[in-house]
Amino acid sequence: MIMYGKKVMDHFMNPRNVGDIKDADGIGEVGNPVCGDMMTFYIKVKDNKLDDVKFKTFGCGAAIAVSSMVSEMAKGKTLDEALKISNKSVAEELGGLPKNKLHCSNLGADALHKAIENYQEKQKNKK
Amino acid sequence: MTEEKIFFDNASTTRVDDRVFDYMEPYFKINYGNPSSLHDFGGPPKEALDKAREHAAGLIGAKEEEIYFTSCGTESNNFALWGLARASKDRGNHIISSRVEHLSIINPLKEFEKEGWRVTLVPVDKYGFVNPEDIKKEINKDTVLISIIHANNEVGTIQRIKEISDIAKEKNILFHSDGAAAAGIIPVDVNKLGVDSYTFTSQQMYGPKGAAALYVRKGVRIKPLLLGGIQESGRRAGTENVPAIAGFGKACEIAADEMDKNITYISKLRDNLIEGIKSRVKNVKLNGHPTKRTPGNVHMSFEFIEGESILLFLNLEGIATASGSSCASQALKSSHVLLAMGLPPTIAQGSVLFSLGKYNTQKEVERVVEVLPPIIDRLRKMSPLYKE
Repeated sequence: MIMYGKKVMDHFMNPRNVGDIKDADGIGEVGNPVCGDMMTFYIKVKDNKLDDVKFKTFGCGAAIAVSSMVSEMAKGKTLDEALKISNKSVAEELGGLPKNKLHCSNLGADALHKAIENYQEKQKNKK
Repeated sequence: MTEEKIFFDNASTTRVDDRVFDYMEPYFKINYGNPSSLHDFGGPPKEALDKAREHAAGLIGAKEEEIYFTSCGTESNNFALWGLARASKDRGNHIISSRVEHLSIINPLKEFEKEGWRVTLVPVDKYGFVNPEDIKKEINKDTVLISIIHANNEVGTIQRIKEISDIAKEKNILFHSDGAAAAGIIPVDVNKLGVDSYTFTSQQMYGPKGAAALYVRKGVRIKPLLLGGIQESGRRAGTENVPAIAGFGKACEIAADEMDKNITYISKLRDNLIEGIKSRVKNVKLNGHPTKRTPGNVHMSFEFIEGESILLFLNLEGIATASGSSCASQALKSSHVLLAMGLPPTIAQGSVLFSLGKYNTQKEVERVVEVLPPIIDRLRKMSPLYKE
């Protein structure tokens, strides 16, 4: 039996914000197919807020649900707020993950943070 | 869910045949005695064991006194390795096996290494075949045992057991084969295969869980794994699981009688499923050998996506399958069999095993062929590796 909760299954079956952003302000990629999961996050920033967040994920049910949840949590937040989204808070929002799948929740927040860092670096270089 | 559930995971276990179930029933509440008892209650269970032994032996061309009942395939494999190796340790301390064995061979062999034995696991080719020449090369004066799986439980590849046993015989080395995914499914004759011991199990051939057997050729020395009473001629102590063993015997009888019919029927379903999927989904690969595979095995890799998510979506449609993806394993490791065959990790990750059995139907195959393509499409659109 696959031990995923209702909320995880909902995000797995109906993932929010799937896709990419052609003119993204920041892109973050973590993981690789060899270790099992790979996530790419795309962000659009407006007035220091995450105007749009999209993702693409190669991975198991948990990885897809985590990506979806992270995108939903991040959308509309300021960059500082979004950087505070932790792996733990994502797992909590999903109503918990099986123990051996907790590492998937690590990837989600990491990918988002990477996208934000990518944006911030680009801004620095512009100055 | 309106549709009936579809069980395409017969490699994990099988449904018990009605005739087996009916045959077992009296051994729970009527003939519940201990077969070792001297009073009347011991009679019918003892007869049930004898009958089961006759049918188990018959299925694989063995003699009745060469069959030892155990509790599962894992126990039979452990019994063979420990029992044969310990009985031969005065002759050497080297064991040869392969990289595509079941974990009930692989993990005991790791223990052997800790206890000072030397273990060599020979590689396989892209289809999962062991090359007998590779085994020949690894043999040295200390080699006492060779253990090679007959039919692979994941990709269905059927090894050239006879060629390997010829080499073992020539060098006077004991040869065990794990036939858990072969016996009852494809024809097995232990004398033609030339094995010294052979594992086979009830739950893979429409018998109950909790019964299996180890064939040990007459005259071969083997030490018991379980010590206690003198059940199974003292080679496997412990009160026999009479209902399960009785059912196992019945399952062996039916499997032998209906072997040809089942092979023809299941192979046809298998080929239709492979063709159906290939015609509807791009970038798929059949793993294992195109023809030298077990009748019900359809092991496929879907590029750019991961197996557990495919399995989950199929499960939501009521379709039960398995996957060699690391995400789908409790240990979070990709299947050692797929990696040994040299499959790139991404391809191993995207694998799904559909294993068919005699209770599956063409209608079920058609439904899976209908349901699968949109699932694959949906997951690919989500994947960063996929470019349309």
